Amino acid sequence: MVSIDVWNAAVDFPIFDAKSRSLKKAVLGKAGGKIGTDSKVPIIEALHDINLSFRHGDRVALVGHNGAGKSTLLRLMSGIYEPTRGNARVEGKVAPVFDLGVGMDPEISGYENIVIRGLFLGMNRTQMEKRMDDIAEFTELGDYLSMPLRTYSTGMRVRLALGVVTSIDPEILILDEGIGAVDVEFMEKVRARLKNLVQRSGILVFASHSDEFLMELCNTAIWMDKGGIVEQGPLRDVLTHYKGKDPFENASQETLDRIGETRSVAASGSNEST
Amino acid sequence: MQATSTVEKPPAPPESSSRTWRKAFNDIAAGTQQRQLWAHLGWQDIKQRYRRSVIGPLWITISMGMTVTALGILYSNLFGKNLGEHLPYLAVGFIMWGFISGCITDGTEVFIQNEGLMKQLPAPLSVHILRLVWRQTLLFAHNLVIYFVVLAIFLMPISWTVVMAIPAIVLMMASGAWVALLFGIVATRFRDIPPVVGSLMQLIFFMTPIVWDAEILEQKGGSMFIAKLNPLYHYIEILRDPLLGEDIVLTNWIVVGAITIVGWALALLVLRNYRARVTYWV
Repeated sequence: MVSIDVWNAAVDFPIFDAKSRSLKKAVLGKAGGKIGTDSKVPIIEALHDINLSFRHGDRVALVGHNGAGKSTLLRLMSGIYEPTRGNARVEGKVAPVFDLGVGMDPEISGYENIVIRGLFLGMNRTQMEKRMDDIAEFTELGDYLSMPLRTYSTGMRVRLALGVVTSIDPEILILDEGIGAVDVEFMEKVRARLKNLVQRSGILVFASHSDEFLMELCNTAIWMDKGGIVEQGPLRDVLTHYKGKDPFENASQETLDRIGETRSVAASGSNEST
Repeated sequence: MQATSTVEKPPAPPESSSRTWRKAFNDIAAGTQQRQLWAHLGWQDIKQRYRRSVIGPLWITISMGMTVTALGILYSNLFGKNLGEHLPYLAVGFIMWGFISGCITDGTEVFIQNEGLMKQLPAPLSVHILRLVWRQTLLFAHNLVIYFVVLAIFLMPISWTVVMAIPAIVLMMASGAWVALLFGIVATRFRDIPPVVGSLMQLIFFMTPIVWDAEILEQKGGSMFIAKLNPLYHYIEILRDPLLGEDIVLTNWIVVGAITIVGWALALLVLRNYRARVTYWV
């Protein structure tokens, strides 16, 4: 059973400045007794009072301003951060994609980076080699895959990372907004592939500023602000409250058709909620 | 139909701390299972260093060979010793030292250097430790070639005790793992540790009988204690004795065994308490 459950979780980051991070301070601080708040490490409360529960089939959009805690929440769900207070339990194979560029070795080839990322996500070498053709075709990187990663543009790195996570059939797919760096044409491919993937796999959590993308892929949403959840519920309601207007109203007819929504429902939906 | 799944939320579980022995051991078990990952990364680290070089990792062997030859000639003359006796002694000491200092200095930075990876992809802490120990073991294997060359040149007599080199190497790897784990976690929190350890290693190198023989201390009227109080002396001896065909000294094995056990106990305690904090600290 694929699930993500978080109970009253908080994530506090200790900020060790150059002084308090040193051993000298810790040792001398003990010897000389505490002077005021000097020995205390300042803390940034990145997340607080997070309660959520996702089950198979949930496709969750994560919206909020920069610094609202979206990426931290995604890292909490990926198991990278364990909550400092409260609880989090994640069951299922998680595949996260965060800001690209870091976590990939610039000196080794695209192929090798694909294998390493796959190994990190719990695959083995042979499984990754089987998927290599599929990834090469999807990413359209072709011969570039044998070039060292430092020759890649940001968009190409995003393609590579997306190629890996979408090829390994993860149960929980976690996407951060960084994936916006690819061109429109490729975005269409990603859209189709992600849609297909979320239908098969368990849970998608997606942080993005692109309404259209969210509307197409997600059904529920969480609005984050200042490290807390402001609202969670159906995508349309949350987006309407977050943006102050119904995003479905301005969407093109084509988009609406694709996601199976109608403008009239959108209008009534926004009336109810406001 | 689009109702939030908060409705079916199961009751909150009993407050489960992230500081449990079970989670610490799970970390190690999960890391060990990802053998392909850390083995690949460890080998990658070595290939990385010699990328675009013509003879590649063979440079490891060559540079060790040059050091050992030059220092062997110099110090056998300085101490008035037979080259055929002192050069193999120095070679084995140096090969061993390479592994020990590698585990300690790289160990202090094992998490700091992997910050990017740790914040991108969830993985047990032990993956990074195993990657480091594996890398050091591969380097050690490259350097060990020098031992066989020396063995062939000087036609050294080898007795049955050479099989004791195998448990010695196993103990050495086990110790490398706890050192990297313990130092790695503590150094991630206190960033003075890597530079302090870095400069201490230089001193420890001169204090440890690697280029000099502990027996010289006695011959010159000094005390062997200067050497024997140094834990690294015992580590080097347990491998040097079998490889040079000398008698096995039980004391050395007892000391090394005890340090390995105590070290692991300490490292496990730190892992239990601070495992979940490391990603916050890097």
